[in-house]
Amino acid sequence: MSALSALFFRELKLAARIGGGAPMGSLFFLIVVTVVPFGVGPDMRLLARIGPAILWIGALLATLLSLDRLFQADRDDGSLDLVLAGESPLELVVLVKCLAHWTATGLPLVVVSPFLALFLAMEPVAIAATTATLAVGTPALTFTGAIGAALTVSLRRGGLLIAILVLPLTLPVMIFGVSAAVAAVSEPVPFRTPFAILSGLALFAAVLGPVAAAAALRHGGE
Amino acid sequence: MTMLGPHAGFIFASYGIVVAVIAGLVLWVTLDGRGRRRELADLEARGIRRRSESGGASR
Amino acid sequence: MRLIDYANPTRFLGLVGVSLKWIAAATAIAFAVGLWLVFMVAPADYQQGETVKIMYIHVPCAWLSMFCYVTMAGSALGTLVWRHPLADVSAKCAAPIGAAFTFLALVTGSLWGKPMWGTWWVWDARLTSVLVLFIMYLGLIALTETIEDPIRAARAGAVLTLVGVVNIPIIKFSVDWWNTLHQPSSVFRMGGSTVDASMLVPLLVMAGAFTGLFVTLHLAAMRNEILRRRIRAMRLVEASRAE
Repeated sequence: MSALSALFFRELKLAARIGGGAPMGSLFFLIVVTVVPFGVGPDMRLLARIGPAILWIGALLATLLSLDRLFQADRDDGSLDLVLAGESPLELVVLVKCLAHWTATGLPLVVVSPFLALFLAMEPVAIAATTATLAVGTPALTFTGAIGAALTVSLRRGGLLIAILVLPLTLPVMIFGVSAAVAAVSEPVPFRTPFAILSGLALFAAVLGPVAAAAALRHGGE
Repeated sequence: MTMLGPHAGFIFASYGIVVAVIAGLVLWVTLDGRGRRRELADLEARGIRRRSESGGASR
Repeated sequence: MRLIDYANPTRFLGLVGVSLKWIAAATAIAFAVGLWLVFMVAPADYQQGETVKIMYIHVPCAWLSMFCYVTMAGSALGTLVWRHPLADVSAKCAAPIGAAFTFLALVTGSLWGKPMWGTWWVWDARLTSVLVLFIMYLGLIALTETIEDPIRAARAGAVLTLVGVVNIPIIKFSVDWWNTLHQPSSVFRMGGSTVDASMLVPLLVMAGAFTGLFVTLHLAAMRNEILRRRIRAMRLVEASRAE
């Protein structure tokens, strides 16, 4: 277990370094939220209504764009081969790498989202609900995205391809995340139903993502 | 036209595009197959065999 | 190693050479019968009028879009579990054909929807799911085309195909849920159990004809791909001899 925890902290340190890309995700998130009012107009009531969707799309894009470095840096410096040959099960290694990656890039998104929600004139309840759904949903995005990152690890420029491959797979998370956030302030369904499904999807992604990504890394490495 | 009702245009358009795409697929498969067979015949005429057929002698 | 690699494809080529003509002929006959039934026998729907004729090509295309994905999933298992060389070829050849039929399902659905709904597109659960499937096909093709080494490309494609198999039901469920949330009353139902027998028979014949067409195209494309790989191997032999 100590090898895995060492890996976790190594990944965190690498991500926190300048050029590691961790603060860039939050900056990108801020820019997406800033750009939307220029597109749809500064109508505060409209922005408040579509606020959860804006935050979710921003978080989704920010997560996707940070994914291409998940395995590529390890491949470039050869440590991926060591991990493949190592004793720890590859699935667990991928899981730990995803957790570290989420802590470095996903967690900041969750932390800044309440402040960005203020720009969108969202109600306190909606802000709390959106932050809660992002806290549960962004790990699912990272786990699902790991599949795309593993599939494109051998490619020089896989960033756009990752987004194309991963976006359809993230639709369920997106649908239930936004639904739960919207349900907190509007009537038709209670908050708990979509939120419970979202949590289930996140747990499912935590299994499927590492297993599929490990399979992709193994078959791509031969 | 009148036989197919007021929306005949939509019916013709959908059958038309299905026929066009299927024709494209058939054409692609046929032309590709013809080209590959010609290449293969050309290579064989020049006496080139796959390693499996020449029993590794070409190495 | 080489011998084993090509032993099965060679037998496969022989099999295809014998059977392809018959399958193609059966497909042509099925299409002739199906089209005759559709245009001469099948009645107009009391609600949709003659527009229902689009159903006879839309539903088979939608069926093939799923059938083709299932074929690819089977091939993906063959690639990853048994390392079967024919499975790589099968999956690679099925992808563009599946994408083409998914595209047709979308376009005919849209052309059917315009007179029914009054717009070219509605975010109906079924149409939206087909659109997502179409995007997944294109993503798969993009992935396998981008990776140069054919074996690696096949394996990456196989992993993604299987991930898709697990995810497609979840996506379908989510889209259905999302749809009922935003559109409580379904505007229009396609197919389903409400289809009358007088329409069901032509529909089944057309579905059979389309399936035959898919098998024909798939086998022919696989044969081409095997030949392509042979030519590649022979060119390598030629190049190594020239040195």
